[in-house]
Amino acid sequence: MASILAVDDSASMRQMVTFTLKGAGYDVIEAIDGQDALTKARGKQADIILTDVNMPNMDGIALIRELRKLPQYKFTPMLLLTTESAADKKAEGKAAGATGWLVKPFNPDQLLATLKKVLS
Amino acid sequence: MSIEISQFHQVFFEESSEGLEIMESGLLALGVGEPDLEAINTIFRAAHSIKGGSGTFGFTAISEFTHVMETLLDEMRAGKRLVTREAVDVLLEGVDRLRGLLGAARDGVPADADDVAATSRRLEALLDGGNTGGAAAAVADVTLPAVTGWRVRFVPAAHLFQTGNDPARLLRELMALGPSRIECDLARLPTHLDAYDPESCYLAWTVDLDNDVPEAAVREVFEWVDNDADIRIVPLAGDGPANEAAATPALTAVPAPDERRSGDDRRQHEDRRAGDRRQMAAAPATASIRVDIDKVDALINMVGELVITQSMLSQLAADFDVALIEKLRAGVAQLERNTRELQESVMSIRMMPISFSFNRFPRLVRDLSAKLGKQVNLKMTGENTELDKTVLEKIGDPLVHLVRNALDHGIEPPDVRRECGKHSAGTLTLNAYHEGSNIVIEIIDDGAGLNRDRILAKARERGIVGDQDVLSDEQIFDLVFAPGFSTATVVSDVSGRGVGMDVVRRNIKDLGGVVEVESKTGEGSVFRIRLPLTLAILDGQLVRVGSEVYIVSLVSIIESLQVKPDAVSSVAGQTELYRLRDEYLPIVRLYDLFDVAPDSQNLGDGLLVIVEAEGRKVGLFVDDLLGQQQVVIKSLQTNFRRVDGISGATILGDGKVAMILDTAGLIHLSRTQYQPARRWCAERQVA
Repeated sequence: MASILAVDDSASMRQMVTFTLKGAGYDVIEAIDGQDALTKARGKQADIILTDVNMPNMDGIALIRELRKLPQYKFTPMLLLTTESAADKKAEGKAAGATGWLVKPFNPDQLLATLKKVLS
Repeated sequence: MSIEISQFHQVFFEESSEGLEIMESGLLALGVGEPDLEAINTIFRAAHSIKGGSGTFGFTAISEFTHVMETLLDEMRAGKRLVTREAVDVLLEGVDRLRGLLGAARDGVPADADDVAATSRRLEALLDGGNTGGAAAAVADVTLPAVTGWRVRFVPAAHLFQTGNDPARLLRELMALGPSRIECDLARLPTHLDAYDPESCYLAWTVDLDNDVPEAAVREVFEWVDNDADIRIVPLAGDGPANEAAATPALTAVPAPDERRSGDDRRQHEDRRAGDRRQMAAAPATASIRVDIDKVDALINMVGELVITQSMLSQLAADFDVALIEKLRAGVAQLERNTRELQESVMSIRMMPISFSFNRFPRLVRDLSAKLGKQVNLKMTGENTELDKTVLEKIGDPLVHLVRNALDHGIEPPDVRRECGKHSAGTLTLNAYHEGSNIVIEIIDDGAGLNRDRILAKARERGIVGDQDVLSDEQIFDLVFAPGFSTATVVSDVSGRGVGMDVVRRNIKDLGGVVEVESKTGEGSVFRIRLPLTLAILDGQLVRVGSEVYIVSLVSIIESLQVKPDAVSSVAGQTELYRLRDEYLPIVRLYDLFDVAPDSQNLGDGLLVIVEAEGRKVGLFVDDLLGQQQVVIKSLQTNFRRVDGISGATILGDGKVAMILDTAGLIHLSRTQYQPARRWCAERQVA
């Protein structure tokens, strides 16, 4: 099953995402910010990256930019979890190499539906 | 797939209240006019998380409210808006409303809608006065009646793969919308293999979708690749390009999935969620604690050590030989060490830094000093001093009271301060530190100090002190804790009506602590609270009466002494008083009280343990003093029933149960028993 790296500084969001994904049978790696995610992504290959935008230490956009530089993440789908108010963030995210985004707030069903879009 | 979203609520509430604290302290620290970008960013992130979480977990009202705050903060962050005092004030008000909203959502009660609406209006007024067009109407999906489907021309840019997108997946999405025919366009493929880059996309596609879904649905499929592909979507009419396309043999028909079913599923799911929310509201909030992962790791580590020691000991026991006695001793010593370490780390789990309680004060002091027209600098030291969570929760209110008092009565208005030659801004210091197994919290102000004469006059007026009594400064200052005592000439809504200080003292006493005051006229006052670090363990003095062992809390013991027979006086034939220096203390014969057989009934044979509680002292007559040790308190009330004069029990090293004496209760008992003696004693002390 695909392994997903879920990055969010909010524990409740992370829990919800993890629970949903694990319930659907995915392997989940959790990270609390971009820096943490980068370390974990280097340690273990993730098939999909799911990251919040606003985080301390390293935000989601910087994370995607860093990950895209790594050969093993060149083609990996990377989704931003963002709010509708942040249209410029979407563009910024795309420029950094994001595959797509999921608009907050979302429910578990929407999360799984979006993931299906990027699963091979 | 159904997931109970309510199971994440608890974590959401916890982290939101942390977020609110971050916002509040961030806002308070925010310099007006010279904003610290990182600080604004931190505040913004906290608001953003609360908004995201509340939206996700079904609290739309909170989400909407936070949205406005977030927008304001976002503008500040982007430098589009100045950080003004007004903006900070309104945002702080917003934090309060959010706290209310979150609390209401947690308890399942309605929030104060009027307050929230008022703050909302204020926030919105702050956001560009006339900006109401923010919510532009969504573009309506206009579907021409004649449209039967869509023709999509999809030409990805060569770099498409590098965004993590895959044309195959996008086409799959598109095909899910209805029966489609797909044609692949190979025209862009390089003719020479040398020119072929495996990481580039050369293919293009034309898809005919035979289903009149809204155009937006088709656009949504390509939403993520808008800038990474050339996408043209044209409607297919009854006759026209569609028929032409249908003739192309390369196109394959794909059936559409049953959409209606998934819609039903979602509705059902939402119904269930609403039900859960109702259930949640009925369930009582469970207390939980957030523990530093390091502490948990240390704990697991120690349990590991314990298991090793245990297996070593059982191996020894399996074939024991007297020759191994040294090994056994070493093993037992190790077990003792493990146990002590384990105990310490388990206790530390309940320990939290006092900053959880201190954090509310910057705000309180800011609001209050503005209200009182005073200038106050708040200094906090020792915020990382840890204490038991229960103690921490209960000390909050007394602290607030003392801080309010210091601001209201202690620190003078700026003009008065200048007249006295002091800086116009007063300083209020909150200080915490450990002292043995106690935590000491000090509330220090550099204000006027307690007015000795006024307190005494007031106490005489109220009949708390007799007209002829001579009291030391210490005793006079202590009067502020007497019930119904207030020296404020004008009762203000800031620090109550003199019903507070006695409650403060009682609350602190309930926690096994003491509060005392030191003051110098014109220089300020220090209120010092001394609390046990935890309520679960007590530093005890073991005392023996006959064959029974009792435990007296070490903090309540003033001294222990051998009885000088000539210092004992008897009143009304039964009550005994002991003259210790210039005081007369009632003697409580513990054997008499608990009805046990002592070694001797003769006072000269035993010892007198002088204990103090609530400012009163008695001498406990015991046969002997044994050691001092920390004891784990077991509640008598939950295991048996309440017994006057006993606060709990513990199990000693030899397995015997020992009662822990309730000093305050004993003093109370002695007072009711020895009424005549008190009168006698009072007469003597006056004389």
